Amino acid sequence: MTMSPIQQADQFFVTSQHRFVSYLPAEFQSLTSAILSVIAIVLVFALLFAITTVLERKGLGRIQNRYGPNRVGPAGFFQPLADGVKSLTKEDLVPRTADQMVHFLAPVLLVTAAFLAYAVLPVGRNMVLVNLNAGILYFFAVGSLVELAVFMAGWSSRNKYSLLGGMRAIAQMISYEVPLVLASVVVIMAAGSLSTVSIVDMQASYTGIWPHWFVFTPWGFAGFILFMIAATAESNRSPFDLPEGESEIIAGYYIEYSGFKFALFFLGEYLGMFATSGLAITLFLGGWAAPFSFLTWIPSYLWFFAKLLLLIVIFIWIRGTLPRLRMDQLMSFAWQFMLPMTLFNLFVAGVWHFMPSGIVRWLVCIALLVAPAILLSRSLKQGKKFAVRHYRFAE
Amino acid sequence: MFGEGILKGLAETARNFLGSYVSKKRLTTVQYPEQRLPQIEAYRNFPFLVYDGDDWQQGLRCVSCFICEKECPPKCIIIEKSTDKKPDAVGKLQFYPKVFNIDVSVCMSCQICVEVCPFDAIKMDTDFELSSTDRFSGLLWDKKHLAKSNEHYHKIHPTEAAAVDAQLAAERAKIAAKTKATAEAKPATPTPPANANGAGPNAANQPVPTATEK
Repeated sequence: MTMSPIQQADQFFVTSQHRFVSYLPAEFQSLTSAILSVIAIVLVFALLFAITTVLERKGLGRIQNRYGPNRVGPAGFFQPLADGVKSLTKEDLVPRTADQMVHFLAPVLLVTAAFLAYAVLPVGRNMVLVNLNAGILYFFAVGSLVELAVFMAGWSSRNKYSLLGGMRAIAQMISYEVPLVLASVVVIMAAGSLSTVSIVDMQASYTGIWPHWFVFTPWGFAGFILFMIAATAESNRSPFDLPEGESEIIAGYYIEYSGFKFALFFLGEYLGMFATSGLAITLFLGGWAAPFSFLTWIPSYLWFFAKLLLLIVIFIWIRGTLPRLRMDQLMSFAWQFMLPMTLFNLFVAGVWHFMPSGIVRWLVCIALLVAPAILLSRSLKQGKKFAVRHYRFAE
Repeated sequence: MFGEGILKGLAETARNFLGSYVSKKRLTTVQYPEQRLPQIEAYRNFPFLVYDGDDWQQGLRCVSCFICEKECPPKCIIIEKSTDKKPDAVGKLQFYPKVFNIDVSVCMSCQICVEVCPFDAIKMDTDFELSSTDRFSGLLWDKKHLAKSNEHYHKIHPTEAAAVDAQLAAERAKIAAKTKATAEAKPATPTPPANANGAGPNAANQPVPTATEK
């Protein structure tokens, strides 16, 4: 089999893995190849976590007109190393009344669940750990383990704030799991497959120079926005960071964690964010496909990580902009806006499928999405009139 | 419109983000160990002992009157009086502190010692980089550590130091005039021995300078 240099660059990791494995006896080959992929995933995404923490702190700093970390290494980019050393050498305190076993297992389960989700993410052409038929189903099933881990942490710490944080996290994550899944169902409808690999393959073709990404359709765009909002809430990030709201419940469910377990929570949280971002890329932004047909010579994995970094930047930007929601705002937003909108979006995706292609289809679908969005946002605003607030007990 | 506020907010943060790279005026952070802000004259944190002249042991203004030790709210000053005497800032013979310690880990920088001192001997310093690897003896400062020259005082609090110097000069002139007058009135009695007696009759009718004013 001969490959052009472009293809060689694109498939570099795949072929080198095959070559390495081929030296081994046949019975070890599939196992070794799986272990190699797992090691690659763990290393790459842990490294991405380290880079993201620096970028986030620097970015948030710049948004607030300050420098951010700039002491460790060139321009502060070795800060994660210092942080790692710090968290490893810190004392690991466990409350005496805590449920020791569950308290220990919670961060482990969180990180494990977060890493498991990467098994079905195609980070490049032919670069997926397992091509499951029900890949997306698997992704959401594993993703819901995170909720369990978070509640385990909140419950086992035996601290009122951690329990409040755990309760908030459960309420929030289950509420936003629904729109998250429903927002991705439109893609499954359009692609006719639950496999992440075939979804990306469907989007990796071009009309002229333009790609066939699902985000370039009315339902895809709406689905992408809804998915990203739900993903922000799923990963407990600002403005949906109620479970760990520092001003109210100190650190929420991981209040009783210190040292490396605390770092594991951070890692798990960021890994969850990367995984849902990766799924958003896979579903709506064409996965590893290049944005223009003339850019396909750039290796596919680079495109995936470029898109991932773009989404991370957007996450950081949003975190630096929006203040935290109140619990009732969060819940009414989930059930009164997100859920109806995702259901409408399903309907619109059906309309798009059955209408003949052309400008009319575009207009009808956009109208069908914009009208309910405006109506629903109005109904969210209604009944909220500014008035002098009367406190029954405090006066 | 729906979502307008969010977009406005995003634009604002983007402006801040990009602006911080373009204009240095936005970044108000002072990169501390390398850059420092000019010190404010009224700034103070821990006390120090003022001495005149070059020799810190001879020039120390403190006469170990124990007022600051008694007034100190957290009781961080420890003084031991000497047995012999030496001339003080205005030329009178006074006791001096054999031991003068301040525990800066206890000191709360209230400046009460400075306010009660009748001899202008203790003043507030501006040095703030005081970390030590030994939290016991490293933060218990002795007389030698606390002694700082009048020039240092002039450097950190010029206005205040000038006022103190003027006052001390006036007192010195007053004492000099008085000694001269006594010397003229009683030419038979040699003045220096009378002064050397310290707490003799001559010193008794010369009240402690600033104490009476306060």
